[in-house]
Amino acid sequence: MNQTMNLGSLITGSLNDTLAVSLPLFRTELCLAATIVLVLLCRMLPVLRRLDAGLVALGGVCFALWFAWNDLRGIPVGGVSSGAATGAMRQELFGGLLVFDSLTAYIRFLLMGFLVLYIPFTKASGIPDHEDGADFYSLVLGATLGMCLMASANHLLMVFMAVEMASVPSYALAGLLKGRKASSEAALKYAVYGAGAAGIMLYGISLLAGLLGTCHLPSMAAELSRVVDAGATSGSVMVLALGGLMVAVGLAFKLSAVPFHFWCPDVFEGAAAEIGGFLSVASKAAAVALLLRICFGLGVSATGHDAAAAIGATLAETHGSGLVATRHFIVALVGLMAAVTCTLGNLAAYGQTNMKRLLAYSTIAHAGYLMMAVAAAVAMVGVDPAGSRDAVSAVAFYLGTYLFMNLGAFAIVAFLRNNLRSEEIESYAGLVRSSPGIVIATGVVLVSLIGLPPLAGFWAKFLVFSSLIQAITAGAERPLMLVLLVVGGINTVISLFYYLRVLKVMTFDPPPADRPSGEFSLVSLPGAIVTALVVPVVVLGIFWSGLYACAQLAGAFAS
Amino acid sequence: MSPTDTLTQPALWPLSAIVFLPALVAAFLSLPIVPKAREEFIRWTTLLTTAVVFVLSLWMAVPALFGATGPAQFRLGDPTMQAVVKLPWIESFGIEYLLGVDGISLPLVVLTTFLSMLAAAASWPISKHVKAYHVLFLLLVTGMLGVFVSLDFMLFYVFWEVMLLPMYFLIGIWGGPRREYAAIKFFLYTLFGSVLMLLAILMLYFTSDLRLLSDEQLVAAHVVSPSLEGVARSTALEAFRTADRPLHTFNILALAQIGQLPNSPFAAAQVWGMSLETWAFLLLLIGFVIKVPVVPVHTWLPDAHVEAPTPISMILAGVLLKLGGYGILRICYPICPGAGLSLAWLVCGLGVVSMVYGAFAALAQKDFKRMVAYSSVSHMGYVMLGLGVWSAVAGQEYRWESWAQGVNGAMFQMLAHGISSAGMFFMVGVLYDRVHHRNLEEFGGIFGRMPVYSGLAIAVFFAGLGLPGLCGFIGEVLVTLSSWNYSRGLAAISAFTVILTAAYILWAIQRVYLGAEYKGPHGDHLTPITPRELAIATPLVFFAILFGVAPQILFNYVTPTVNRQVETLADWTRRVHDAPAVPAVAAVQQETAAQAAR
Repeated sequence: MNQTMNLGSLITGSLNDTLAVSLPLFRTELCLAATIVLVLLCRMLPVLRRLDAGLVALGGVCFALWFAWNDLRGIPVGGVSSGAATGAMRQELFGGLLVFDSLTAYIRFLLMGFLVLYIPFTKASGIPDHEDGADFYSLVLGATLGMCLMASANHLLMVFMAVEMASVPSYALAGLLKGRKASSEAALKYAVYGAGAAGIMLYGISLLAGLLGTCHLPSMAAELSRVVDAGATSGSVMVLALGGLMVAVGLAFKLSAVPFHFWCPDVFEGAAAEIGGFLSVASKAAAVALLLRICFGLGVSATGHDAAAAIGATLAETHGSGLVATRHFIVALVGLMAAVTCTLGNLAAYGQTNMKRLLAYSTIAHAGYLMMAVAAAVAMVGVDPAGSRDAVSAVAFYLGTYLFMNLGAFAIVAFLRNNLRSEEIESYAGLVRSSPGIVIATGVVLVSLIGLPPLAGFWAKFLVFSSLIQAITAGAERPLMLVLLVVGGINTVISLFYYLRVLKVMTFDPPPADRPSGEFSLVSLPGAIVTALVVPVVVLGIFWSGLYACAQLAGAFAS
Repeated sequence: MSPTDTLTQPALWPLSAIVFLPALVAAFLSLPIVPKAREEFIRWTTLLTTAVVFVLSLWMAVPALFGATGPAQFRLGDPTMQAVVKLPWIESFGIEYLLGVDGISLPLVVLTTFLSMLAAAASWPISKHVKAYHVLFLLLVTGMLGVFVSLDFMLFYVFWEVMLLPMYFLIGIWGGPRREYAAIKFFLYTLFGSVLMLLAILMLYFTSDLRLLSDEQLVAAHVVSPSLEGVARSTALEAFRTADRPLHTFNILALAQIGQLPNSPFAAAQVWGMSLETWAFLLLLIGFVIKVPVVPVHTWLPDAHVEAPTPISMILAGVLLKLGGYGILRICYPICPGAGLSLAWLVCGLGVVSMVYGAFAALAQKDFKRMVAYSSVSHMGYVMLGLGVWSAVAGQEYRWESWAQGVNGAMFQMLAHGISSAGMFFMVGVLYDRVHHRNLEEFGGIFGRMPVYSGLAIAVFFAGLGLPGLCGFIGEVLVTLSSWNYSRGLAAISAFTVILTAAYILWAIQRVYLGAEYKGPHGDHLTPITPRELAIATPLVFFAILFGVAPQILFNYVTPTVNRQVETLADWTRRVHDAPAVPAVAAVQQETAAQAAR
């Protein structure tokens, strides 16, 4: 930056940047942080100990949701005629460590919306109990805070810190069921895997930083294109690729992408269903957002307002090939990983007997579909910018519908566990006789996960396939996109088997004789929560324009 | 579309009511306020709903015969889309709530409502989970009707998929011993086809561009509502002229217009060495022929038909199979004419193969219901041949009359098969309800025990056989005649198949109804036909005879639309294919035709 700047003006400048620009756009996270403190205080002060931690957390999260909604609404919406102007804004925060743009706003809103649904669900399902409440909610909110940072990270150090901030509370959450061996094992496995992945990622970051001299993503893109264009030695290209791969390991771990997915089924099976819901929805959303951030950060020169990005833009015009090569590398990596993740997730889900484990593999498979759209988005960057925006919108829309589908699925598992004392698929046999309501809800959720109309999951898949075909039509990375399209199509058919098997057991099979007689009625608090999660899946299947408009706003970040 | 005319469109209510009334009643029945134990109430509500829907569809269709006209009534002789409803649905993708009927879809809609009513009546013996059964049944009806009236490709697809899940459960819960296997097999086959279809739809969507169409074409395709006048119309049309980006569309009519343009973008785009048109045609064709079904993707059908309960078999054979033929006629050919022309041999070949294979397989069956199921495969082969002949003749002299004959025959065959196959499955069901077996070897002598039933059943089986004077005859004859102009070999085979058909049906009649006395199990349960069963069988027999002696009633509806579509495509062939570069297939056909003439 400016070399002649003296200390005083530096301080004033950064103070001004922090107070006037950054903090107002950071109020959602601040609100979360304040809520965490409040939840912990409740536990410390005897007067407040009677207060329910969940309610305090819910109150704070509602405020945070309100802020997040206002931030999202504040994004400029361009007219239909101007097209590209919609949502095109980019504001770096805290000296470039974070960035506020439409993707940040959308994901943050999604995460806050998730928490508002999640906290009542956990209250109703009874995990955590009153004693654990403060710990549980402060961990959940802390992890979500980290996820918000993941969605807005603009600097590799921030990326690392955000990932850790999201992960470490998750390790503790996985071990929440203290008495159970499986739960402790899950937590240990998760922590060991996580630590390994984090270490590799940090190493990759240091490699990239060492070669490029910066960790600020837009500057890295500019530098990357300069280095590659200047005819980098094969050694330095190798180190760059290695660094990129190592960062990808960290991301793949968070995404539970193959081959770094091993923790996922074990953790989901060992930990309570509530934790599974948290990891599979919130953590997934943040990880996908982070993937978009890094792919677009390294592969595209940001056309923002800051100096570094401006350099990137001019560089990209003169020496575009460096970025093209980077993008090609990213698309190939993400695309291949997507194809493998999706296929393996679906195939492995086929043999599962435990519902949580099945949903874990389903989560893995869905990560694959999401990554397909990410690959398409990056592939179309230089070729068809509108298509690239649409692909990002597809990802955003997918995450929005996924929130309801998967949280719904895990909520059903949790409530059925309370009723049946089991999470085995077998134990659901003939449930339709005694509790038809919950079976219909399960049906809606699972069919939506297959991706059949008229449910929300279909439109999510429709948008993913659309973005792949758009890439093919535009001629961007055509062979890979065609492969992804075929893989996606076949996987949709394969996935039918195992989702439908659950429904088959619930409806066709006779109920076991020794079933505890707990009937699950939809007219109850758990029933109301399941309904609140399932109804949007149906409604979004018919009227999805509203959510898609928000998703399009998020997609504008790719412009 | 201005807000004033959205909800006041004259056609909005009848078509929408026909499609959604069953779903609304299904939603009502699924509420907890309807107790499970009130089975009679649920049965009557369902029957009444399907009857109302049937009357509504008749109200649209029948006054035309007597020259009555109203905003929602069908106009005979008008080949265009009628009673069109157009509301925006998902504006960012241009997906619309676009419904309409023409001479191709209206008869199929009436067939569907008619068979749904009969199937609802035939559902009385279902005693397991009555409430769930009827809810799923009504959802299925909505899905089927929706497919026939949708003119927006995504809407079409949504309805197409909506049918799957109810059908899966209807077979899987209320079916026979191997129901779970049959249900998942049905689901898998169809879903595989639909995924391919979805890919084709998306390919076509992203290649389409409404800017290529003229003002008249945009209005004819209902992209711009024809009800708009003056300034509103020109403003709406102006938007297409000033757009700076391609305007994609899911409108089936508009896609057909684009596909038939001389510079069709579908023909120009290349994917993996073939034109996008060919890919789309093949993908759509696979999706549709799985439903038809043709050999070799027919194997779900015998299982599904045999395991399904009687009313569902009636619906499966009577309506679901027609969806495939309808899709080929409405979507494959108009949108991808070039591919249709060059792949005519494939469609005709598949038709003839299934015709012959189905007939031989039917001959070999021991299970009565399985025999009827294979007869469906064989009969739907005629439909495929009739549809395929359409484009095939193009290589010769563009005698569109000959194509039209084939397509009209195929349409008639679909409607006739809807009546006769539903009737045959019902007749088998009546027997099965009494003796609980379907083994052809163990029947015999039914005529003596149930004379009225046997008389009706033999009439229905003769209709399936294609006896002159009954409905099965007309379609087969027209298809066979028209295929003569395409390939005498295929015509000869299809004529020969009639003998096989006669063989398996007559043999079955002999083994089941004739003979001295019934010696199989549960002989004492062979009670005479009940009034309810009589009320279902009689209309089927009545229409089988009526359409046999007065096919003109159906052709009144079908012919104008089919002829116009065929003429348009004949024009297209002259325009596009008489251009200097004659594709290899057409050239070969011309040569064979010339040789044959000598």
